[in-house]
Amino acid sequence: MIEILGYAAFFLTIALSYAVIALGLNVQWGQTGLFNVGVAGFVGIGAYASAILTAPDAADRIGGFALPIPLGWVAAFAAAALASLALGWLTIRLRADYLAIATFGFAVTVQLAALNLEPLTGGPFGLGFIPRPFNGFAGDPLVFGLLNLALVALVLAFVWWVLERLVRSPWGRVLKAVREDEEAARALGKPVTRFRLQAFAIGGGIMGLGGALQAHFIGFIAPENYLPTLTFQVWTMLVVGGAGNNLGAVVGSVVVWGLWSGSSFLIGAAVDPADQARAAALQIVLIGVALCLILVLRPKGLLAEVLTHHRRPAGAQAQDRPATR
Amino acid sequence: MNPQFVVDGLVAGAMIGLGAIGVTLTYSILRFANFAHGEFITAGAYAALALSGLLGAFVGSVPVGDFSFGWNVLLAVPLAILVTGGLAILLDAILFGVLRAKASAVIILVIASFGASMALRSLLEFVFTSQPAYFTNELQIAVRFGWGLRATPDQLLMLAATLVLILAVHLLMTKTQVGRRMRAVSENPALARLSGIDVRGVVRTAWFLGGGLAAAAGIMAGLLVQIRPYMGFDLLLPLFAAAILGGIGSVPGAVLGGIVVGLCEALAVQTVGAEWRAAVAFLILTLVLLLRPQGLLGRARS
Repeated sequence: MIEILGYAAFFLTIALSYAVIALGLNVQWGQTGLFNVGVAGFVGIGAYASAILTAPDAADRIGGFALPIPLGWVAAFAAAALASLALGWLTIRLRADYLAIATFGFAVTVQLAALNLEPLTGGPFGLGFIPRPFNGFAGDPLVFGLLNLALVALVLAFVWWVLERLVRSPWGRVLKAVREDEEAARALGKPVTRFRLQAFAIGGGIMGLGGALQAHFIGFIAPENYLPTLTFQVWTMLVVGGAGNNLGAVVGSVVVWGLWSGSSFLIGAAVDPADQARAAALQIVLIGVALCLILVLRPKGLLAEVLTHHRRPAGAQAQDRPATR
Repeated sequence: MNPQFVVDGLVAGAMIGLGAIGVTLTYSILRFANFAHGEFITAGAYAALALSGLLGAFVGSVPVGDFSFGWNVLLAVPLAILVTGGLAILLDAILFGVLRAKASAVIILVIASFGASMALRSLLEFVFTSQPAYFTNELQIAVRFGWGLRATPDQLLMLAATLVLILAVHLLMTKTQVGRRMRAVSENPALARLSGIDVRGVVRTAWFLGGGLAAAAGIMAGLLVQIRPYMGFDLLLPLFAAAILGGIGSVPGAVLGGIVVGLCEALAVQTVGAEWRAAVAFLILTLVLLLRPQGLLGRARS
């Protein structure tokens, strides 16, 4: 019983840290309509920034400043937000999918840097000894697990609260206006590009914070944690839950992470070890097909966005100019 | 500095250029960045591998002339191009076409292509495993040209084949009715439809051409390096960089962009180190978006 409870705490902690990342993506995509294909890059930047600042000093590396964990989290947010700002400044004024391509390239480059800047990042071997919150309780796995779960839930609640306030603020309403009809927002004198940039930076920063949360919970990070599969997982979480809806982002994270780790568990238990790599490939096929099916059949996800206004002109559902028919 | 990087860069650049033609065509006609394009490259290479294995039973796999591969591979090439072009049309019919019919936003199509990319790549990994595969195990002797330059017969054949393919696509786009229709749809789909052009047919042609050229690039990559499930996905960023550098919608631009990206990568491998190769395309992309977002041969759009 205690084991099951411990595992449930572990599962939920990871799922809720994904929820933080998905909330960040929701600011960018759900609220603002900015497409980020480099989620893994921003998560990775946050994780590495916090790890380098808070890990104990090591002889063979630069970094290891042994700073307190909350400071690492703030740095993770700041680093990822700055990177988003730079990338957004470069591409947001251009076509919508240039941002997608640029963020994709950014994530590839971040992963490459993590792999090759060995004196800073530990290279392919990764960074260990990242301080874990409540490490004093590590002897009692259940207490340790529950305390960490509570901490991640608290951070998630805080991010949620801030975002809900932002969405309902005049700032959030402009953001939605920009997403629904850029020309109209511009005609009303709103600095559209600046609003988009701000949203992109805040979303990126939250992803970085989520990355730091995960890094500190596990205590070890390596470049292969930040492959495009991560981007894909977070996107699936948001699309399944319902873009534009914060509750949807959280529900989607728990559901998709449950399906993901559940199917991994089944593969581990039922498939011959020699075939496990192939079975894992099939797992990604199924999730990819599921993502496409949801886009086709239920584009609003499990929980649709709660609209704050009631009147909607007919045919105004397109967020961008429709593709060639 | 060893001038050999010019040969290596040209060969890699030809491959990237071929793939980038498909990206630029689908982008200009369907108006979205297709993240599944890399998987057409991978699918083409694996299709040729499977077909050459089958054909080997009939025509044997003894190397032709100075090349490293036999008739089985040569015969598999056109078949693999057909198969991959068909796959691209199929993907449009079951996914992108459905989304377009529902008037989904461009970005929804981009997300769908991202999901399709993951699914296709993992499906190929499931069928063929992640072990690298090769068309042939034959070794080749490089031809020397002086100034320290050398190239294998395979590499020279690839360059010639790319030249022929690019010329064919260019003539198709500029001299034929099909090409004129494609350019019309890329220019203004509504007007093209009004003037009686079968837009669906044009869309199918664009997918078939893009998929077929991607297969050609994949077979080249398979012959020059190896075949593995991630080969196309790893080429995706260079493809996008080449298409945007050349100017979206421009076929000559895509080829030019591909050659620039290939040369820069080869130069970086020699000067900075092979481990940073993958960052070159991002650097080029950043510079283009910063300095000339419409690309070298593209026109500025509103």
